[in-house]
Amino acid sequence: MEVQEIINEKNLVYQPSKLLTGAAFNFCPGCGHGTVVRLVMEVVEEMDIQSDVIGISPVGCSVLLYDFYNIDVIQAAHGRATAVATGLKRVLPDKFVFTYQGDGDLAAIGTGETIHACNRGENITVIYVNNGTYGMTGGQMAPTTIPGMKTSTSPRGRDVATMGHPLRITDIVASLDGACYVTRQAVHTPAAVRKTKRALRTAFENQKLKRGTSFVEVVCSCHSGWKMTPLQSNRWMEENMFPYYPLGDLKVMNGQT
Amino acid sequence: MKELRLMKGNEAIAEAAIRAGADAYFGYPITPQSEILEYLAEQNTEEAGGMIVLQAESEVAAINMVYGAASAGRRVMTSSSSPGISLMTEGISYLAGAELPCLIVNVARGGPGLGTIQPSQADYFQSTKGGGHGDYRLLTLAPYSVQEMADFVALGFDLAFKYRNPVLILSDGVIGQMMEKVELPPALPRRQTGEPWATTGKTPDRERNIITSLNLDALKHERHNLRLQEKYRQMEAEDTRYTTNLCHDAEYLMVAYGASARIGGKAVEMAREKGVKAGLFRPVTLFPFPSKALYDAAKNVKGILSVEMSAGQMIEDVRLATECSVPVRHFGRYGGVVHAPGEILEALLQLAADSGQPTACRKGTPLPADQAQ
Ligand SMILES: Cc1ncc(C[n+]2csc(CCOP(=O)(O)OP(=O)(O)O)c2C)c(N)n1
Ligand code: SF4
Repeated sequence: MEVQEIINEKNLVYQPSKLLTGAAFNFCPGCGHGTVVRLVMEVVEEMDIQSDVIGISPVGCSVLLYDFYNIDVIQAAHGRATAVATGLKRVLPDKFVFTYQGDGDLAAIGTGETIHACNRGENITVIYVNNGTYGMTGGQMAPTTIPGMKTSTSPRGRDVATMGHPLRITDIVASLDGACYVTRQAVHTPAAVRKTKRALRTAFENQKLKRGTSFVEVVCSCHSGWKMTPLQSNRWMEENMFPYYPLGDLKVMNGQT
Repeated sequence: MKELRLMKGNEAIAEAAIRAGADAYFGYPITPQSEILEYLAEQNTEEAGGMIVLQAESEVAAINMVYGAASAGRRVMTSSSSPGISLMTEGISYLAGAELPCLIVNVARGGPGLGTIQPSQADYFQSTKGGGHGDYRLLTLAPYSVQEMADFVALGFDLAFKYRNPVLILSDGVIGQMMEKVELPPALPRRQTGEPWATTGKTPDRERNIITSLNLDALKHERHNLRLQEKYRQMEAEDTRYTTNLCHDAEYLMVAYGASARIGGKAVEMAREKGVKAGLFRPVTLFPFPSKALYDAAKNVKGILSVEMSAGQMIEDVRLATECSVPVRHFGRYGGVVHAPGEILEALLQLAADSGQPTACRKGTPLPADQAQ
């Protein structure tokens, strides 16, 4: 069989969302961001809401979201995406607004904004990529860095006695009355990718129903920051990150799928 | 028909915001300006006319909410007082960098630090020289009456949209708290036209809109900065404002803005009664500073008294404007103390008595013995 016979329309099983501009992702090859970023646009495309959706990019590896997305995007200051989303959603209550943030952005410098936006039940979708480190600035310790994990600012490993414990902000968010849907997912296997996509769909559907804040954590690897190969980092993530950040739904309201 | 009301400066700002068709206000309580949020909350603006009013969890959140709502091309504002404005400065820099229009009100109090809740004008540098990081400017309006507090809201929104730049109303605790008769501005309709740059959802008929202050390419970013500078020059050419009183034959000029101009104006009248030909030059925009007008007004004067409730901040612009061609002295009370007309008068008379004697350009007024302790 010729290659041409295999690569043709009728054998097509997957193609990137039409809402991606085609600009090359700036992520390290094998990074979880690449998967999450495309999943968001697939969901937006499938829901056919591209003319009603506005994304908010953080400061972090995903800062250039607007290069990849053919939708309106606002770039927010480090940590402030949920406050920006609040302002926008309050004046455009019928639009879909989502933030896309890393763990340094959402759970360190932006903790206050995160908690209060979720507590007010802002009708937005928060997408939280937790890779246990500051990817963009070169792999420093994050609030989510697990005990003993070596980073450039915890070179002897995170010592909880002086550096504190990993922050499970998603658990805190789940305890807030304003949050209607809180889940923790991953994208390290095809099955996990499918689950994350379903979670994102639920999170956007909730906006349509004006239910409050939907919060989707995706535990990802940052193999560049962790100084591993992508494969090694996926294994390391399963063995070391998942025990701290167990996957699954933390809060689901009646009627959510 | 005129609508007259007796109001506090802070209330006038709030009422004017409703009438200016503001779409949203985000703020965090701080003395001496909490009445703005309280007044808006009391008016139930969202139900009455669709104006969003939200108490944020901090000034950091408030200014970023402004950033989000301004991205939709709406009339958005916040207000605070000095320490809160300090917290907002990163966000203000982003707003200026991303070229978003908004209105920010600072009812200033004495600093540094937690300082005092009493009035001050010590945020002049912060307001006019950047405050946050980067080469940006805020068009800064300085009201000196409750009437101007009301009038500068709609004006501020217009200028913010004209330049796609944040506009700052720099007031102080005196103007914010004092009650005066005010003629309420007419109620404007809510903004209907969508701004072509606004992020309201990419419809098929247009390209996607992006709000960002980031440029990874330095040369591109230099071009962006050059364009911002061009905008600031345009502000200077088209929207510099000031007033003069008794300046035509003045031998001694007082330069003062806001509450200082209010009190200083009285001292100028008292000086005239004593036979000293004094005049008041009042910058209304602090950025752009009315440098050219002041240069012209100072041509025939023997000395200038720069009066501020600060240790001497605006005086730097006064000296730059007059190119040190005239002796310029500072008179100020600060840290929350408001000067009395009598002491300003004394400083004016002293300036007149010393006329002809060279005054070192950089020298301020020495503190009187009782103040120096
Ligand atoms: C106010 C401010 N402080 C610090 C930085 C520097 N900075 C940029 S990205 C980043 C951390 C990003 O880490 P994370 O949010 O975990 O995202 P990731 O890059 O891992 O996706 C920091 C500290 C900044 N841009 N602004
Ligand atoms: S630095 Fe880490 S988080 Fe950033 S793109 Fe590379 S692998 Fe991904």
